[in-house]
Amino acid sequence: MSAKPRIAVYKFSSCDGCQLQFLNLEDELLDLAAAVEIAYFLEATRDIQPGPYDLGIVEGSVTTPHEAERIQQIRRDCKTLITIGACATSGGVQALRNFANVKEYAAQVYPHPEYLETLATSTPISAHVKVDLELWGCPVNKYALLEVVGALLQKRRPNLPQYSVCLECKGRGNTCVLVAGSVPCLGPITQAGCGAICPAYNRGCYGCFGPLPTAELEPFIPVLKDSQRYPGEAIRLLRTISGAAPKFEKAAQLIAFEEAKHA
Amino acid sequence: MPETPRLFEAIHVPALARVEGEGALYIGVEDGSVKEIKVQIYEPPRFFEGFLRGRFLQDVPDITARICGICPVAYQMSSVRALENALGLAISPQARIARELMYCGEWIESHVLHIFMLQAPDLTGHDSALSLAADAPDIVKNALRMKKIGNQILKIIGGRSVHPVNACVGGWYGWPSAEELRALLPELEWGLEQALWAVTWAGTLPYPQLTLDYEFVALHRDDEYAILDGNILSSRSGQISEQEFESNYLEQHVRHSNALHSRTAGGQTYLVGPLARLNLNSDQLGAKAKKAANDIDLKLPLRNPYKSLLARAIETVEAFDRAIRLIGEYAPNGASATHLNLKAGRGAAATEAPRGLLYHRYDLNEQGLVQQAKIVPPTAQNLGRMEADLWELAPQLLKMPHGEATLTAEHLLRSYDPCISCATHFLKLKVYDVV
Repeated sequence: MSAKPRIAVYKFSSCDGCQLQFLNLEDELLDLAAAVEIAYFLEATRDIQPGPYDLGIVEGSVTTPHEAERIQQIRRDCKTLITIGACATSGGVQALRNFANVKEYAAQVYPHPEYLETLATSTPISAHVKVDLELWGCPVNKYALLEVVGALLQKRRPNLPQYSVCLECKGRGNTCVLVAGSVPCLGPITQAGCGAICPAYNRGCYGCFGPLPTAELEPFIPVLKDSQRYPGEAIRLLRTISGAAPKFEKAAQLIAFEEAKHA
Repeated sequence: MPETPRLFEAIHVPALARVEGEGALYIGVEDGSVKEIKVQIYEPPRFFEGFLRGRFLQDVPDITARICGICPVAYQMSSVRALENALGLAISPQARIARELMYCGEWIESHVLHIFMLQAPDLTGHDSALSLAADAPDIVKNALRMKKIGNQILKIIGGRSVHPVNACVGGWYGWPSAEELRALLPELEWGLEQALWAVTWAGTLPYPQLTLDYEFVALHRDDEYAILDGNILSSRSGQISEQEFESNYLEQHVRHSNALHSRTAGGQTYLVGPLARLNLNSDQLGAKAKKAANDIDLKLPLRNPYKSLLARAIETVEAFDRAIRLIGEYAPNGASATHLNLKAGRGAAATEAPRGLLYHRYDLNEQGLVQQAKIVPPTAQNLGRMEADLWELAPQLLKMPHGEATLTAEHLLRSYDPCISCATHFLKLKVYDVV
């Protein structure tokens, strides 16, 4: 019997990109794998060990009745359960269905939509079971992933940025695209973690790392609205990767309300 | 009880490991012969074509990237090229160089991942690259270093390797740094040498025997090994333009699997991916990749699906070699993106994702909003071929012990490097009852 912590990595509705970040830890992967027992990780190995597991890591959102059931068993199997990525923490890009009619979507894409088993919404894991820690990002930052797994194994609090993309932008020496370039940018209300890459390439942040919990929407909404280059741009920017995150959803509703008032 | 010579009742692999996305495999056997084969997909649908409708064209590459975490660049490149075709827009030669270079980065990252971490364990008797690393640490360490080089190209050009942010319709939001790319050259030279070694190593692996009669389909250019653009070439029916794809390759409802499979207009299955590309375009390979193929005495056409690993290894040489050349030619100047003149129109494009031809088509209105989107991913096109291959393999499987048969069938599917997350959008999910 191994005394190493046993880890399971699960996939729900997603693109695989966040799990891939484990395999993208090229310099650290072999050491990490030696420090833990990878008991369940389909993308990497066909060697599947039964639970229970010390740490469960979930990628993806819940979009089918089967997934809604499956997450309950996973929660029971895992002592600690964390989510990785925008899908698992907010519903992800596929939560754009939450703002539309899924039946219409299905009819557009599939010749036999009656066969589809899907839910009307894409929901985060935390809507279904207790989640011990949520790591945001689309994809998650691979070093943040390493930090979280390391911290949990060492039973300490992970050290993750608690500030907005703006701070990373300043640290990088970027020119502010919102102020200087009049380009809509979600940086002021988005959690840091990506390294402010979009402004570094002269474009606005589109919110991959989700809303910053402490962000104030009221002063930001008029600025964002005024920076639009075509009608509806701000709402669409909010409704891209983390559109169903409550704070982004509220921001989009506020803008829609303002625009309806002036229409 | 009837005494039937059943070697096994079914090969059922409830979860296919080491593939991108989640799927399963079912081979039903009755009275010693195969009655049913299903490649099951249990990835849920995500409705990308649905929520692309009404989006502004510049949102498209950010959204379609999320179809696949392993080949986001392929999705972005097919998207931006199809949208540029809809607008009748040409990008600058330097912007094209950066695109091709980025695509080389994705080929390196994805091919090395597949060769060493997803498929090689099957050929070396391991469950994963991690257990392979215990036996042969240098092979895995060097593979990780090669993969990292691919990811570094993606990071320099696109900001990050998974879902890069810099590609836009018209070119790039900002020019990638030529200086940072040049600083990567020594690592790329090392990677090229290592890729040449990988071809030799791949030439010595014990592949299962299987020779099949494929129709190969891939992009083709006369002047280079096509990645980013070209005509669509079939080994049976010749060349067509990207815009003619939908009238020649159809998605059909296939009753036995209750899934949509791609077929040629003549109703045949066809193969896309590294094996198709190598067989159709070997004359266009660069000198290094050609030499690598000659050194292992490679005979074309190569028609063993397991040996697609060899094709991937040769393409990895091509990608390293080409990346080095492209960095030499890269000298950005002027605007990084061509100005957009919005107008209504339809445009299609295909590019070569690591796992095969990826087709996109968009209809735009005069404000640049997407009216309709169509995406045909490589794994969707190969699904019919995967099942056909399993039928061909079945007589061999029946002679094997159950464990070996299961592994051989799984290995066949893994050799396709299937991207099940991508394929899902066209599959129905409810699996019909076994008769």
